[in-house]
Amino acid sequence: MGMNSVTNIGRNGIQDWIIQRVTAYVLALYTLFLLGFFVTTDVDYQAWSALFAQGWFKIFSLLALLSIAGHAWVGLWTVSTDYIKSAMPRFLLQAACVLVMFVYVVWGIQILWGL
Amino acid sequence: MLVSLYRYNPETDNAPYMQDVEIELPEGKDLMVLDVLALAKEKDPTVAFRRSCREGVCGSDGMNMNGKNGLACITPVSDVVKNNKLVLRPLPGLPVIRDLVVDMGLFYKQYEKVMPYLVNDNPAPAIERLQSPEDREKLDGLYECILCACCSTACPSFWWNPDKFIGPSGLLQAYRFLADSRDTAQAERLANLDDPFSVFRCRGIMNCVSVCPKGLNPTKAIGHIRNLLLQRAT
Ligand code: SF4
Ligand code: SF4
Ligand code: FES
Repeated sequence: MGMNSVTNIGRNGIQDWIIQRVTAYVLALYTLFLLGFFVTTDVDYQAWSALFAQGWFKIFSLLALLSIAGHAWVGLWTVSTDYIKSAMPRFLLQAACVLVMFVYVVWGIQILWGL
Repeated sequence: MLVSLYRYNPETDNAPYMQDVEIELPEGKDLMVLDVLALAKEKDPTVAFRRSCREGVCGSDGMNMNGKNGLACITPVSDVVKNNKLVLRPLPGLPVIRDLVVDMGLFYKQYEKVMPYLVNDNPAPAIERLQSPEDREKLDGLYECILCACCSTACPSFWWNPDKFIGPSGLLQAYRFLADSRDTAQAERLANLDDPFSVFRCRGIMNCVSVCPKGLNPTKAIGHIRNLLLQRAT
């Protein structure tokens, strides 16, 4: 009766739903933090690189990046299954989204840790 | 008043078209939309629509009146008419059999999926399965559904996935049995609902709530189901 899919990140609807909510909270927190930082700090190169030099902020940023990837994955998977009814183009779009997300995450790690 | 009727007879028409009929409304009396349809049928007996009880009980005359779904028999013309014009279309999103008559097959298929009957494995008691007044109260706002399909055919998520998303009407009934103290199949019911489509395609748009002629709230019931699924998963 149920329909699950290999291109889906969660194993069922409730997992998708939880991923969507939790990542939304993380992204909201990250956005608020950055807004607060911009408002309270006179942002120049020094302040900016000092912020990113701190271990906790790197982890926080990575968490936000993973959240974007997870959020986008669930969201785009849902939109693609709503609107694209033939399997091949849908699969290609989903695969392309996953690839882009993967590249962003790896690239982000490289940037954050200066690899 | 100008009545614009959606007409389609697949045996003779290549495509659906709108037919304009002028209807004289009686002075000082507010007709129901179903009465207007009856007057239109006097002028053109080939117009097809469903109706039975003509008092909002059977759920057979759900249709789209000036853009909003509802039961023609209990919708006063004055509630929906705009600029002295009334546009009547079949419920959106379901295949049209003829004129205002739609094929409800997919709608019933979704209804069937939720096992709309009590399941109880315990041996039947000598007289009846009792329910406390408090437990009975939990079914209020759920059991009154007349399966008119006004809600599900107003729901964009049902338009996109009528084969996989159960839709507001079916989900309201799913919760009606999940909430019943006499039912023993809760685990099985929830297991059947936890895929990404059956429940989770609901985006909380609440079109269902705004059209239900019985004043029911499928969105709230869907929220309860989601909470039960959440409890089960964590
Ligand atoms: S609240 Fe959910 S079920 Fe109701 S119309 Fe919106 S998407 Fe459909
Ligand atoms: S919930 Fe309301 S609109 Fe939907 S089928 Fe039942 S009575 Fe009709
Ligand atoms: S005719 Fe029965 S609900 Fe309208």
